[in-house]
Amino acid sequence: MTELTLAQGRVDRDRLLRLLQEYGVYAGVAALLVFNFAFTDHFVSAENFRTQAVQVAPVLIVALGMALAIGTEGVDLSVGSVMALSTSLLSLYLGYGPWAAVLVPVAGGILIGLANGTLVAHLGVQPIVATLALMVAARGLALVLLPQLKDVRDPGMTALGSGDVLGVPYLVLIAVALALLVAFVVRRTTFGRQLLAIGDSRPAARLAGLPVRRVLIVVYACSGALAAVAGVLATARLTASDPTSLGTLMELSAITAVVVGGTPLSGGRVRIGGTVAGAVLIQLLTTTLVKHDLPPSWTQMAQAVVIVGAVYAARERGKR
Amino acid sequence: MTTETTEADMQPDAVPKVTDEDPGPSRADRFSALAQQHGALVTLLMAMVVASLSFDTFLTGDNLENMALSSAFLAVVALGMTFVIVTGGIDLSVGSLFALGGVVAAWGSQYGSAVALLLPLAVCGLIGLVNGLLIARSGLAPFIVTLAAMLGARGILLAITDEGSRTYLVDKDSFLATLGQGSLLGIGVPVWITVTLFVLGAVVLRRTRFGQYVYAVGGNEDAAALMGAPVARTKIAVYAVSGLCAGLAGALNAAWLLSGVTILGSGMELEAIAAVVIGGTLLSGGFGFVSGSLVGVLLLKVIQNVINQIGSLDSAYQQVVSGAFLAVVVVAQTWLGRRRRVL
Amino acid sequence: MLAVTGVSKVFPGVKALSDVDFTARAGEVHALVGENGAGKSTLIKVLTGVYLPDAGEVVHDGTPVRFTTPLQAQQAGISTIYQEVNLVPLMSVARNLLLGREPRGRLGLIDFRRMHREADEALRGLGIRVDVRRPLRELGVGAQQMVALARAVAIDARVVIMDEPTSSLEPREVRTLFDVIRMLRERGIAVVYVSHRMDELYEICDSVTVLRDGRVVHTGRLADLDRLRLVSLMLGREIGEVRSEGLTKFTGSHHASAEPMLHAEGLTVRHQLRDVSLSIRPGEVVGLGGLLGSGRSETARAVAGALPTDSGRVSVGGAPVRTGSTPAAIRAGISLLPEDRKAEGIVPGLSVRENIALAALPSLSRFGLVDDARIDRIVDTFVKRLRIKSSGPHQKVGELSGGNQQKVLLARWLALHPKVLLLDEPTRGIDVGAKAEVQALIDELADDGLAVLLISSDTEELIEGSDRILVLKDGAVVDELTGDAVTEDALMRAIAAEPAGSHHD
Repeated sequence: MTELTLAQGRVDRDRLLRLLQEYGVYAGVAALLVFNFAFTDHFVSAENFRTQAVQVAPVLIVALGMALAIGTEGVDLSVGSVMALSTSLLSLYLGYGPWAAVLVPVAGGILIGLANGTLVAHLGVQPIVATLALMVAARGLALVLLPQLKDVRDPGMTALGSGDVLGVPYLVLIAVALALLVAFVVRRTTFGRQLLAIGDSRPAARLAGLPVRRVLIVVYACSGALAAVAGVLATARLTASDPTSLGTLMELSAITAVVVGGTPLSGGRVRIGGTVAGAVLIQLLTTTLVKHDLPPSWTQMAQAVVIVGAVYAARERGKR
Repeated sequence: MTTETTEADMQPDAVPKVTDEDPGPSRADRFSALAQQHGALVTLLMAMVVASLSFDTFLTGDNLENMALSSAFLAVVALGMTFVIVTGGIDLSVGSLFALGGVVAAWGSQYGSAVALLLPLAVCGLIGLVNGLLIARSGLAPFIVTLAAMLGARGILLAITDEGSRTYLVDKDSFLATLGQGSLLGIGVPVWITVTLFVLGAVVLRRTRFGQYVYAVGGNEDAAALMGAPVARTKIAVYAVSGLCAGLAGALNAAWLLSGVTILGSGMELEAIAAVVIGGTLLSGGFGFVSGSLVGVLLLKVIQNVINQIGSLDSAYQQVVSGAFLAVVVVAQTWLGRRRRVL
Repeated sequence: MLAVTGVSKVFPGVKALSDVDFTARAGEVHALVGENGAGKSTLIKVLTGVYLPDAGEVVHDGTPVRFTTPLQAQQAGISTIYQEVNLVPLMSVARNLLLGREPRGRLGLIDFRRMHREADEALRGLGIRVDVRRPLRELGVGAQQMVALARAVAIDARVVIMDEPTSSLEPREVRTLFDVIRMLRERGIAVVYVSHRMDELYEICDSVTVLRDGRVVHTGRLADLDRLRLVSLMLGREIGEVRSEGLTKFTGSHHASAEPMLHAEGLTVRHQLRDVSLSIRPGEVVGLGGLLGSGRSETARAVAGALPTDSGRVSVGGAPVRTGSTPAAIRAGISLLPEDRKAEGIVPGLSVRENIALAALPSLSRFGLVDDARIDRIVDTFVKRLRIKSSGPHQKVGELSGGNQQKVLLARWLALHPKVLLLDEPTRGIDVGAKAEVQALIDELADDGLAVLLISSDTEELIEGSDRILVLKDGAVVDELTGDAVTEDALMRAIAAEPAGSHHD
């Protein structure tokens, strides 16, 4: 009898924590929105929303791939460098037409992802270590291909970067489409189910005959491809290729978005809605601080606190 | 055996007592141990021979001194990183801490050289301590904690430099400036300091009880705990050491440049990790030595120097080479490790 | 020396130990035996400070003690040598032996010369000669265990607990270990020896305590207890006891056709299996008998491709199956219900529905898209057929009871329409009602023409459920019981039989 009530109490507390995990990020976004509506000048304008959305798009796209990697109890630190590599490749292949300028960078991202995946799945290298090595190599490769900043003057790219449909920028449309696609993949495909099972319990997945290695490789390839797309879009928006600085610290922003969005680092769950909200939350936090004349240094410190807090909270749940 | 050579030297009379029951390490095992231990050194020597044959300017006093000086700062960072990696952890915050240390030192130099030296140690050591506490006591993943610290430290750095727009200068007649720019017996003071620190680091890692705990924690954390090693305290200590080293390196660098430059240090964590790993330390922990890290740093710097000498090549090749090195070494280590487990 | 009196330990839903008395005396090797779930490991953990007992007390050297960490127990002189050596493989033998107690010279620096001398002396004292400067991992497992022992002795251990120390040793290494154990006994150290190898127990142990279902069922001198009696105590069955039919839900024999469905030949895995062959006909239930650690689970895992084999062949319906690959085995129609349901069976974070569909996903999808309608139909069928009780198909499997988790796993495999079903302890840790249901289901599946391999530590379940029983011992088939010979007496005699000729190998 006593045991039963005890268990009941634990379930209630679990439920509370789970609610926080599931909806905390949305509450955070809502709170920041309300705060800004009330206290920030020039916040409520179509122009401002458009700017915010355009800024968040590349982070979100990278975070989608990161969410998949984290779902398998891994991580992909190479995403920022893949963006840089992608922008270099874009510059180099711009002369061969718009398709080449988009597809070659994406192919490059997939290759880096395949390298990550092979190291992780076949050689058993820890994901952090494997992707760290590729992070260094890919950034270097990007700089070798394109040593310094170069303007991208191409009408197609300009249109991609700043064009819109009914006032919604292409960048935002693409990001939303990709988020829906990834959410669909996670929820509705064999691959998605297998990914979650592998992240939740690798021994069980193996004994159930799942293609563990293949799934891992595909996950890292997806992460590479998405980071490359983000690189292309960021280049189009900036109308310049800057392999030195593009994507630096992107891995951190992406991990923050994913973790704040309620995807545990321990794998087995992927929350795409939460990841979107997480990316928006970070963007809003930055905007709020900037609009209230707090310097960028504050943003960095705030982001550091948010990520440690999110991981710390996830740990508390994980231990239960 | 796979321990540092110095230890073998201290044991000239110890005769291996291998009975017939004991086949001893296989030739392949011994080779892999040798490769891990001295591979970097052999590569470094080969690179230096090739470089000096190819470029007349390579083996000149000026060039060597330049290389030694520019290696010194990275080497000090890599020294701290070695401790962290031997415990099986990783510290991604050292680049930011290096920059922060430099700026804090330059800022503090207006209050005298003692403040200029102690303040960066205190600040960066404290951040390292917080990293260690979060990792050891709260059980958070080292990479994420130190990644956040990297960001946080950068934030602090920007905050104290008016968002990076202010550069603090070091008075070139101060004691601090002597530390950075002076020389002794024709060799720059930072080089002397670095060498001293490495000797100290080697002694601590090999010959103190703390050092044994560092290896034990990295080699098998559960076993170390059962054997009575203070696991949490050891972990906290290594992150603090790493922070201290990064801060000190930054301060020395500022003393050398006579200013605290805010944009330094990005990507330094990767260089340091690459140097440590190239030097033979296992990223999975439990095995490594500081002399290897020094060799790793020198190897990276020689390659960088060669790339600069070629001139037509961009310095970005440096990163490709370190990345490739890192990837190759990591794959080789994993492969060797696997083979050993199978045996 | 070290004693526990009236110790009880309760885990949610299980009473792991109830009112256990146990005494390890100085200068005595005490065997601690019992089948899975008997409470051996819980008792060891109480002795070594991993668990605090809920009731009763631990008395060490005459004074009651309360260890809250393994370290405290160790400092009080209680050392444990685990199956997996708990040392640091990359560090040298000497460093491992003396970690935390290194001799220090000037400036507090470690004096390597003295350290190596002391380590060497400690090992020589146990009759072991190795180069103490070599990394531990270069030594054989046996030698590593000796180092662990030497460390235990060196820190003045008064009590040494050995948990299956010989499970991965070569016969020669076992001899050395036994010499060391005898030496410890002469030095007045109390040794607690946990093993399932009869021959070893009778060779080295002085006294024995048998645990079953968390209780002490026997304690006394080992020499006074013959093998058959020991086995019957461990299994909890009396010799010559009238077989009580109908306690389980099994109906008895099945009508098996002639051609074997599963055929495995010469399965060998270093240290685990030696030349195990078996075949199962469609509609037949073959049981694997033997004590814990005899190679039952390993046989099932080797057949299912989950344990890489050094040699051996597996075929299903005459077609060869690649060994060492779970996907290949599954494609061939072999399904394994693993022993460790929680760690290797269920995916706790996924729902009942997704767990059932997991293995069959490729066949339940079109173009990589999950066909939800078909999954719902299948899940619905199995939930009804197996009577899986959950709040709904979307409840997480981790929240279900053990019995329902097991049914979910069975459903996962049945959804694949397997030809061969390997059941490793299918009813362990599930309640009586679910147990009966699972047993009835096994019968039903065999009648439907499946080839079933049944592993169970519940002797009654094994006897009544199987048409034929292969008896394993130390990784090899030692006997086969068929027809009327499938009785508990015969099983226990087969398990207790003295090895023909020399000791193992």
